Amino acid sequence: MADQSRYSALALLRHGIRGKAWPRIIDRHDLDPSYDVVIIGGGVHGLATAYYLAANHGITNVAVIEKSYVGSGGSGRNTAIVRSNYLTPEGANFYQRSVDLYENLAAELNFNVMFEQRGHMTLAHNDSSLRTMHWRAEVNKVQGIDSSVIGPDEIKQLVPFMDVSDKARYPILGALWHPPGGIIRHDAVVWGYARAANSSGVHIHQNTEVTGINVTNGVVVGVETSNGRIATGTVINCTAGWSSLISEMAGVRLPITTRPLQAAVTEPVQHFLSPVVVSGTLHVYVSQTARGELVFGASVDPFASYSTRGSLDFIEGLASHILELMPSIGKMRLLRQWGGLCDMTPDYAPIMGATPVKGFVVDVGWGTYGFKAAPVAAEQTAEFVATGMVPKLIKPFALDRFERGALVGEKGAAAVGH
Amino acid sequence: MLLILCPHCGPRNSSEFTYQGEGSARPDAEGVSAREWRSYLYERDNTAGPVSEEWFHSAGCRRFLVVERDTTTNDISSVRDRAEV
Repeated sequence: MADQSRYSALALLRHGIRGKAWPRIIDRHDLDPSYDVVIIGGGVHGLATAYYLAANHGITNVAVIEKSYVGSGGSGRNTAIVRSNYLTPEGANFYQRSVDLYENLAAELNFNVMFEQRGHMTLAHNDSSLRTMHWRAEVNKVQGIDSSVIGPDEIKQLVPFMDVSDKARYPILGALWHPPGGIIRHDAVVWGYARAANSSGVHIHQNTEVTGINVTNGVVVGVETSNGRIATGTVINCTAGWSSLISEMAGVRLPITTRPLQAAVTEPVQHFLSPVVVSGTLHVYVSQTARGELVFGASVDPFASYSTRGSLDFIEGLASHILELMPSIGKMRLLRQWGGLCDMTPDYAPIMGATPVKGFVVDVGWGTYGFKAAPVAAEQTAEFVATGMVPKLIKPFALDRFERGALVGEKGAAAVGH
Repeated sequence: MLLILCPHCGPRNSSEFTYQGEGSARPDAEGVSAREWRSYLYERDNTAGPVSEEWFHSAGCRRFLVVERDTTTNDISSVRDRAEV
């Protein structure tokens, strides 16, 4: 096993003086013929689920199967925003637990995840969105979440260069203000969970693709991979983008369509934007990273696709919308744009827990909100797998809610531009 | 942005169209089980590869078109009017 000495200022100094390379954080293992639990997907959800299985429940005979490298999918493509100001009590409670876990994550994992709680501001440009902001604020307050509606004067104080005049094409009437929201270093979260899971004895198999799931009489018995067969009674589908295809291997059809979401980043400049600013009307959100780049995201592309290529019409629309809000950044140059795959469900809420196939557990349907939910989704999924009991926080998100007609309508708060 | 060769209007940007997506046959509402209804309403193949899907030319001829597209590359191989399929 690799040297998993604690990271600290002293360790940094020692390594600096010795000039020795830092040890690898993920060990290489051969595929064992069997594991207690096989997790498909080495993104933040899969790695965190492996970590919580080990840390909270002592289950360490676990394999994480990743077809590429850890964090190569949605975990490295999201816009790294964390918040809990959702519209339904089920959603708000759930995401608040995630914010709580994120707040202590750096200490828990001994890994600097750079969580910056600079506040999250959702602008309202018309009466109906202002009404929704009040609705969300009241739901949030009842759940004990710091969230309130503020007016243009307070917005101007928080983001001085924003055009809050009534001359704007889409005048800003107010905003939902959520101080605990913020941004985090998403790669660090992936690496932190990977390192912690690895040191607990979890096997992380990169460059290993799942090619089939063996089911006998409605019970999972194993997984076929590009590097051989694994016998197991429990498989957790933690993939994003490919969750329908992986579930289909076990004979489970999901209410999911995969759509790309594009994002873009500018050159780095000195810090001038503190909070995360979101506009549903203008289909855009923006934050400034620790490095000083502005990160923009939008709504999902208007058709289903597995392609992660960027498009010119996206960047044109994005630029015109962001300049409505912040005319002063007109001279900034874009460095790059990219796409990530979002598994959209009909109610903009995830799907977690059991499926009709015994031993096949899902943690999927994460649409545009998977990264911010990773710690709580993983913690609760691990509890479900370890105890067999469905934890209260994820009960509303069961797959059978579509049959029961008990959808969790998060469309108004889960994403922009709907 | 995709370029869709509308059989009536010629090559047009996909922003002129409304994406309808993967269709499924509607079961008879009489005597259908909750399971079957869920499947019709919500479950999708979500294929990675060649698909046959519907697009509505909302800002053009306002015809429903059947488009053959590869969802991994977005390459379109054929566009036909639904009435001719």
